[in-house]
Amino acid sequence: MSVVRTAKAAGRPNWLVFDKLGVLIGVIAAAGVMLPFALFRANRIVAGEGRGLAEALPSVVSAVLIGALVIGFMGALFRVAPSVKLVAGVLALIGLAISIGWSARYLTPPEDTLARVSPAGGFWLLVLAFALLVADALIRLRPGPWLRITALVTVGVAVALLLWSGTWDDLSILREYANRAPAFWQEARAHLVLAFGSVAMAAFVGVPIGVLCHKLQAFRTVVLNGLNIVQTIPSIALFGLLIAPLAWVAANVPGAAALGISGIGTAPAMVALFAYSLLPLVSNTVVGLQAVPASAVDAAKGMGMSGSQRFFGIELPLAFPVILTGIRIVLVQNIGLATIAALIGGGGFGVFVFQGIGQTAMDLVLLGTVPTVALSFAAAVVLDALVELSSVRRRR
Amino acid sequence: MIEIEDVTKIYEGTAVVDRVTLTIQPHTICAVVGTSGSGKTTLVRMINKLVEPSSGAIRIDGVDIAGIPAFQLRRRIGYAIQGLGLFPHRTVGQNIATVPKLLGWNRGRIRDRVEELLDLFGLDPEEFRDRMPHELSGGQQQRVGVARALAAGPNILLMDEPFGALDPLIRAKAQEDLLTIQRRFGTTIMLVTHDMNEAIHLGDTIAVMDKGRLLQAAPPRTIIADPATPFVAELIGTAERPFRLLSLARVSDHAEPGQATGEPIDADRSLRDAYAELLWSGRAAAPVRRNGDIVGRISLDQLARLAARPR
Ligand SMILES: Nc1ncnc2c1ncn2[C@@H]1O[C@H](COP(=O)(O)OP(=O)(O)O)[C@@H](O)[C@H]1O
Ligand SMILES: [Mg+2]
Repeated sequence: MSVVRTAKAAGRPNWLVFDKLGVLIGVIAAAGVMLPFALFRANRIVAGEGRGLAEALPSVVSAVLIGALVIGFMGALFRVAPSVKLVAGVLALIGLAISIGWSARYLTPPEDTLARVSPAGGFWLLVLAFALLVADALIRLRPGPWLRITALVTVGVAVALLLWSGTWDDLSILREYANRAPAFWQEARAHLVLAFGSVAMAAFVGVPIGVLCHKLQAFRTVVLNGLNIVQTIPSIALFGLLIAPLAWVAANVPGAAALGISGIGTAPAMVALFAYSLLPLVSNTVVGLQAVPASAVDAAKGMGMSGSQRFFGIELPLAFPVILTGIRIVLVQNIGLATIAALIGGGGFGVFVFQGIGQTAMDLVLLGTVPTVALSFAAAVVLDALVELSSVRRRR
Repeated sequence: MIEIEDVTKIYEGTAVVDRVTLTIQPHTICAVVGTSGSGKTTLVRMINKLVEPSSGAIRIDGVDIAGIPAFQLRRRIGYAIQGLGLFPHRTVGQNIATVPKLLGWNRGRIRDRVEELLDLFGLDPEEFRDRMPHELSGGQQQRVGVARALAAGPNILLMDEPFGALDPLIRAKAQEDLLTIQRRFGTTIMLVTHDMNEAIHLGDTIAVMDKGRLLQAAPPRTIIADPATPFVAELIGTAERPFRLLSLARVSDHAEPGQATGEPIDADRSLRDAYAELLWSGRAAAPVRRNGDIVGRISLDQLARLAARPR
């Protein structure tokens, strides 16, 4: 540790020194405790009334939750080992996750199917505070790629368990879900098809284009400039721009309509997402191939490797981590962008978001937003880990 | 034998290799020297067809390489370059196995060969076979680079400034290793360097290039004694000539009968080392020792005669 820190700590045990980020986390958490914990509404569209921690839960439960929060608070505030901070933060988050469901059950009058309970500002601030604590601890612990994937799977399993056990069933977002479970899964599938399908198509087309750009200088300038222009078109405009030409294709190309191509719907959404994915994939492929040491390629040539042996044995494997980084960028981007596809009838979680906005039903908006965010987050964690795994053996 | 006959390479209107004719005898080392940009790299790269000559012919053991498919030719010729070009995503063992694999050797044979080469270069196979290149020191990487070039037992080895990135001590060791291996396998080596010391030390023949032209190709002794042009003389360094001559011969070749006092000099040291030792210890002569026995002496008078311009 730095000289300054040790000097400050003189005379006090090291752990008793306040942690700077910890103080910020503490302030956020304190504000969270003051603000309403849960929001009660008589039905899904009326304004709600906030309920503080003490009123939102049975007294025993709120005491236990406050205990967990205090542990998290201390873990944040004092300079203890990151692993201790991690455990403290996770405990606080588990406490929050269980008690918000409990609060929903507690606040909803029996047999009342119209009343809605949702997390309020205080809850979200507390989650933010302890998520910060956990993230900070994780950054300091520098877990390896496998550990990060394991942690993600663990969180996924924990959330699945909470859902399956019914802990959250009385929360408004799950009430919305219960009312439209088949639609939810249908849109989920549409969303995944849009996001993953467009990335898969873009990889299929973009990587070979990138390879060509790498080999042919003239081609590179034209292609990269063209894709740069596409990238600057705002997404809604691009979705809109595609409606007319695709409608024309559907009307004039025999068999196109039968394939599901039309001016609105999945086709223009897919095409737009595909177009947005091309530039990052092409340019990452080019950059990755350019970063391959020229001496390695020259040596490979000089030892009598054929063009394809060089490409598949040397150039592509060495460029792969950079290409994978491109895939990570567009996958996370498209999971988010796919939400907008709902505007032109492409389906996906955006359907709930825009319906929710139309009906001023925040719960419905959340039903579309939460899975989208979770999906992007999971995709980012998994792909970051894969990028690291694919480059770890040759790191300098 | 490599025969380069009237070879020219033109890039954008300039001849970067200009009507070069050069024959490299089997089992010898030809050191190509010259300032940067003089066409050395281009010349060696024409031998394994990494560069196509604009005109002229190159024959290996009498066969014109124009008729041999490039990939076949290259698998027969070892190639080691500055910066080594080790494959960073493959282990040391996999790197060395590159050409044997291309040639379709079976696994056992490749394994044995990798082990043999690692041993030969003083790298313990158990320890180094599965390491990644970046886990090695510069000197170790360099040895792996040469081991890889020699993996399929080529008759010819092309080396383009292979020791360029090494510091002097490791460089000297690498040069000794190369000489040992060359004597052991009888490989014909064409080695590009811009270091005249290295060329004199390693080359049976030195080929001096300038602006694409081959100015002189001759044994080191001739190059030093009879530089063909002022440029060659300048490259050798006029003040260095007597010492370079001395560095070419060993004490054992010139020991004379007689007595001398003081610390003996080993017979396999160069005359230049002996001269430095005599000057430094302030003696006119020193005993010569071979395998622990005194076999004669070497004197300043004699060294002065040997350092004079041969005629
Ligand atoms: N592929 C190429 N295209 C155009 N010019 C080249 C090419 N390769 C080498 N040259 C030019 O040829 C000259 C000789 O280069 P090179 O053989 O690498 O010299 P050296 O190895 O002696 O430093 C230099 O002027 C270089 O710029
Ligand atoms: Mg060169």
